[in-house]
Amino acid sequence: MSIITLIPLFPLIGFLINGLGFRKIPTSLAGPIGVGASLLSFIGTVIAYTQLTETNQPILINVFDWITVGSLQINFSFQIDQLSIIMLFVITGVGTLIHMYSMGYMHDDEGYGKFMAFLNLFLFSMLLLVMGSNYIVMFIGWEGVGLCSYLLIGFWNKNTEYGNAARKAFIMNRIGDLGFLIGIFLIILNFGSVEYTEVFEKAKGLTVGDSTIIAITGFLFIGAMGKSAQIPLYTWLPDAMAGPTPVSALIHAATMVTSGIYMIIRSNILYTLAPETLEFVAWIGVATAVFAATIGIFQNDIKKVLAYSTVSQLGYMFMGLGVSAYTSGFFHVITHAFFKALLFLAAGSVIHAMSGEQDIRRMGGLWSKIKITAITFLIGTIAISGVFPLAGFFSKDEILAHVYEHNKLMWVLALIGSMMTAFYMFRLFFLTFTGSFRGTHEQEHHLHESPASMTIPLMVLAVFSFVGGFIGMPEVFHAPHLLADFLNPIYEGSKAVNPEFGAHPVEHSTEWMLMGISLGAALIAIFIAYTRFGGSKNVPVEDSEITGVQKVIYNKYYIDEVYWAIFVNPVKSLSNFFVNVFEPKGFDAIVRGVGNMVNSFSNLTRRLQAGGTGFYLFAMVIGITIILGINLGYQVLETIKAFVGIK
Amino acid sequence: MLALILILIPLIGSLLLFLLRGSNAGVSKNIALLTSLIEFAVAAYAFITFDSQTLIEIKYAWMKDLKINFHLGIDGISLLMIALTGFLVPLIVLSTFKYSYKKTESFYSLILLAQAALMGVFMAKDIFLFYFFYEVALIPVYFLAAIWGGVNAPRITFKMFVYTMFGSLFMLVAVVYLYIKASTANIQELYTAAKFLSPTSQNLLFWAFFIAFAIKMPVLPFHTWQPDTYSESPTAATMLLSGLLSKMGVYGLIRILLPLAPIGLSNYGMIAMVLSIIGLIYGSVIAIQQNNIKRLIAYSSFAHMGLMAAGVLSGTLSGIQGALLQMVAHGINAVGLFFIVKIMYDRTNTRDLNSLGGITQNTPALSIYFMIIMLGSVALPLTNGFVGEFLLLKGVFDKNAWLGGIAGLTIILGAVYMLRMMQRSMFGERNAVTSEFSDVKGTEIAVLLPIAAVVLLMGIFPNVFLKITEPAVNSLLQLIHP
Repeated sequence: MSIITLIPLFPLIGFLINGLGFRKIPTSLAGPIGVGASLLSFIGTVIAYTQLTETNQPILINVFDWITVGSLQINFSFQIDQLSIIMLFVITGVGTLIHMYSMGYMHDDEGYGKFMAFLNLFLFSMLLLVMGSNYIVMFIGWEGVGLCSYLLIGFWNKNTEYGNAARKAFIMNRIGDLGFLIGIFLIILNFGSVEYTEVFEKAKGLTVGDSTIIAITGFLFIGAMGKSAQIPLYTWLPDAMAGPTPVSALIHAATMVTSGIYMIIRSNILYTLAPETLEFVAWIGVATAVFAATIGIFQNDIKKVLAYSTVSQLGYMFMGLGVSAYTSGFFHVITHAFFKALLFLAAGSVIHAMSGEQDIRRMGGLWSKIKITAITFLIGTIAISGVFPLAGFFSKDEILAHVYEHNKLMWVLALIGSMMTAFYMFRLFFLTFTGSFRGTHEQEHHLHESPASMTIPLMVLAVFSFVGGFIGMPEVFHAPHLLADFLNPIYEGSKAVNPEFGAHPVEHSTEWMLMGISLGAALIAIFIAYTRFGGSKNVPVEDSEITGVQKVIYNKYYIDEVYWAIFVNPVKSLSNFFVNVFEPKGFDAIVRGVGNMVNSFSNLTRRLQAGGTGFYLFAMVIGITIILGINLGYQVLETIKAFVGIK
Repeated sequence: MLALILILIPLIGSLLLFLLRGSNAGVSKNIALLTSLIEFAVAAYAFITFDSQTLIEIKYAWMKDLKINFHLGIDGISLLMIALTGFLVPLIVLSTFKYSYKKTESFYSLILLAQAALMGVFMAKDIFLFYFFYEVALIPVYFLAAIWGGVNAPRITFKMFVYTMFGSLFMLVAVVYLYIKASTANIQELYTAAKFLSPTSQNLLFWAFFIAFAIKMPVLPFHTWQPDTYSESPTAATMLLSGLLSKMGVYGLIRILLPLAPIGLSNYGMIAMVLSIIGLIYGSVIAIQQNNIKRLIAYSSFAHMGLMAAGVLSGTLSGIQGALLQMVAHGINAVGLFFIVKIMYDRTNTRDLNSLGGITQNTPALSIYFMIIMLGSVALPLTNGFVGEFLLLKGVFDKNAWLGGIAGLTIILGAVYMLRMMQRSMFGERNAVTSEFSDVKGTEIAVLLPIAAVVLLMGIFPNVFLKITEPAVNSLLQLIHP
């Protein structure tokens, strides 16, 4: 068996051990099993990387033939190339850190072993998603991560509200999945295969703007909207914060939600053939980035702020993809995985220290109390705000530069969004860590720094949030863009169909200017945040006192309520209408008419049932059988034969 | 010979139980289980040793003058259904082990009789024989439902009886007409003969057969007997109905309707397909608001059957292969789900989602089985529901993209009602009704474990099944699209 097959197998085994052995395996063992499985996958990834770099050719492995129908052959098979290997590093690397963190965070939870099992199952699904060599294996992972997301959001299943959030996530994802599925059907219809290599090879023969391709890419993008929480399918992600914080970090920030971006980059040749779809993707990205950022400004739950920030950052990634800067979008996936995982884990550490409190109005002054958490959180905050030289600066700036080249209005909006990002993140930081403590006396008494199993992952992620951006230096720095060079082979198809693809037209002077503007904008936003919230000067008011526009935004523009009114309630009413009116008065009335005709017969059978002994019953069965089988068949035939005159 | 044995084993078991009336209830349970296990072993043997090249066939003269024969044969399609029947009946028998029934021997005798008839339906090569078994299969289930059902059972099952008799009438007319026209009852010969029928008679044949099979599955608007019957019948009868008898309808569409009325299909197939898909959406929407779990699953079954019908009517290889796989998957999942409802009812005396909740806190094992089977019915990849549903939707989509898209709503709606059922019964806080809920054990695990295992195995290795049926489906398709 190839080492590559083992990469997803380890977490699957981990899941089976911890899942089946839940409550039998002691917690001291369940944790190491979960972390170990993830770590082994990481090691497998390293080995796979060395194999890949030997030839730089995609490695294809067919595990078994999965579905065969006529000429359609769907294999359960893997493809390791430059794109999937980076995803593997992110998933298993960040994944291992988060597994480790969970050992501390979930230690006292009664469902500890189950939690570890689910995390491993998630890892398995996520690995399938990125390792699959065809769209169906991607779809297995795609739905699998949706299931794990559901299981983990509703992990504390006694709480009905959490359960509702979990269902909402699953169902909204399913809406996207239907789009994905239709996209797959169209791919099969037009290319006769689902294997990437075959589909992309055949796609090279098509011309840019082909309507079939626009349909395919459009439907695939619906899938991406669901999984990656873009307008209009984003509302599940903030609710998903009901899950334990390591879940928010791993699934709802670093890995699963970036699946949509992975999917588009994987299909880059198809999207390059469909500029109309790309334009749509870009605008959805911009709209989501800005819209979610405005909501983030007014949230008071530490995890909710981060959740909206994730939605917003995902918008930036799609913006990058939409302007054909696939690598820039992907670059942001990587850096975002570092600093957002860091921010969530640090937030978890804060919540842990605060005895479960998540409202930043009840925090303040934590800087000196939980130093490691505070410093790492600050690094994450600076990184996401796009301040040089931390990771977020490089990736976001690269997206903005491409957006500037594409459409100036889009760039202005993106810049405003990025200012808001810096503002609300520092607002969050100042309210949480500066000023004086605003929680209860009891909470203050319990304040403590988290155990090493939690702080070590924070420190590792902080380092990556700091230096992660160096893999993609801007051209003006005269340093190599390692990421772009590495990813080059996966755009071979895009280059074949669009000779201009990948040309970098930004002039150096423009690039300097853009960098200056975005850095300046970020610093201004931070300064404003400091003047308003530094030292926790203005603590946001209680919910009941929020009024006006702010109230509308605080309540997320009432989008959930709107969806409820437009979709959920009508379906429920329809359901009731069917049950109460259609079923009894429509279909059944007709039948009852027929029923009345044979009412006399009915009385007869009823009498039989009342007094029937076993034998009587059996005699009847045999009787009817004989009548039906022989008499009816024979006599009816004879009659009809006589009637039509056949001998 | 194998074909005959498959009918004889349950028939002998049934007769034996009938003769043993009045003996120890425990003995009759064991006889029933043993019989069904032997039958399972034979079915499994047939499944493993099957080779699509050699057709297993037997033929005895039945009504010699009329050239009607007792003619059985097994091809890939038959074999799949035999395997399903062989697998499910022991589980159905086992699911009743914890409970006592009045007239125990008759109860089990009827279950086995139904199995014998089902085996007959799936192997019949003579159209009269098919019709004969098709009718006989219903009778024992009718009695099971009427005698051992709830208070309203006699009235409700009578409705079912009238309904299906009504459908059978259509089929009988069609069968007799075909027989007279072609002077043969051999289904294979009828396939050839049917080609020479006029379009008008094909159209009539299409509708006659469609109504007959649509009632059995059921397909909208012939479904109103189904939710009531499913919820009022004893669980064993509901399992037989939803797991196996409803499959006779789909089987009939594939084996009888499509090849015998290909012109009718091309004229009216689309209308029937639209009906099926309306039923799919209609059933799913109703399931969303059901609070009685048994009814909820009944409507979900109705929805699933609609998709299977649509897939078959698409006349595509994907659609039919998907329908075959989904028949097996749905049969297994429905039995599993109805059994879980039974378990809940047994412990809490209610099937109302408003009264349940928090069960998972007491039942780690049940939770896992329930979750796996539920995921199978919402068609999660790597469970048995996915491959079938994927191929069905693909088949419908290939025929008509719009219909495919609408039918695809099932993956959303299915998740809505299934997750709601899970949430309201298993999750949330415990209450007075569920606080003492005990986990599954003994025979309950013996039923749920094989089901859960097959849900996963079928999802991971669907080709085992697809490869068995594909040659047979292809030869049928050649008749439809010459």
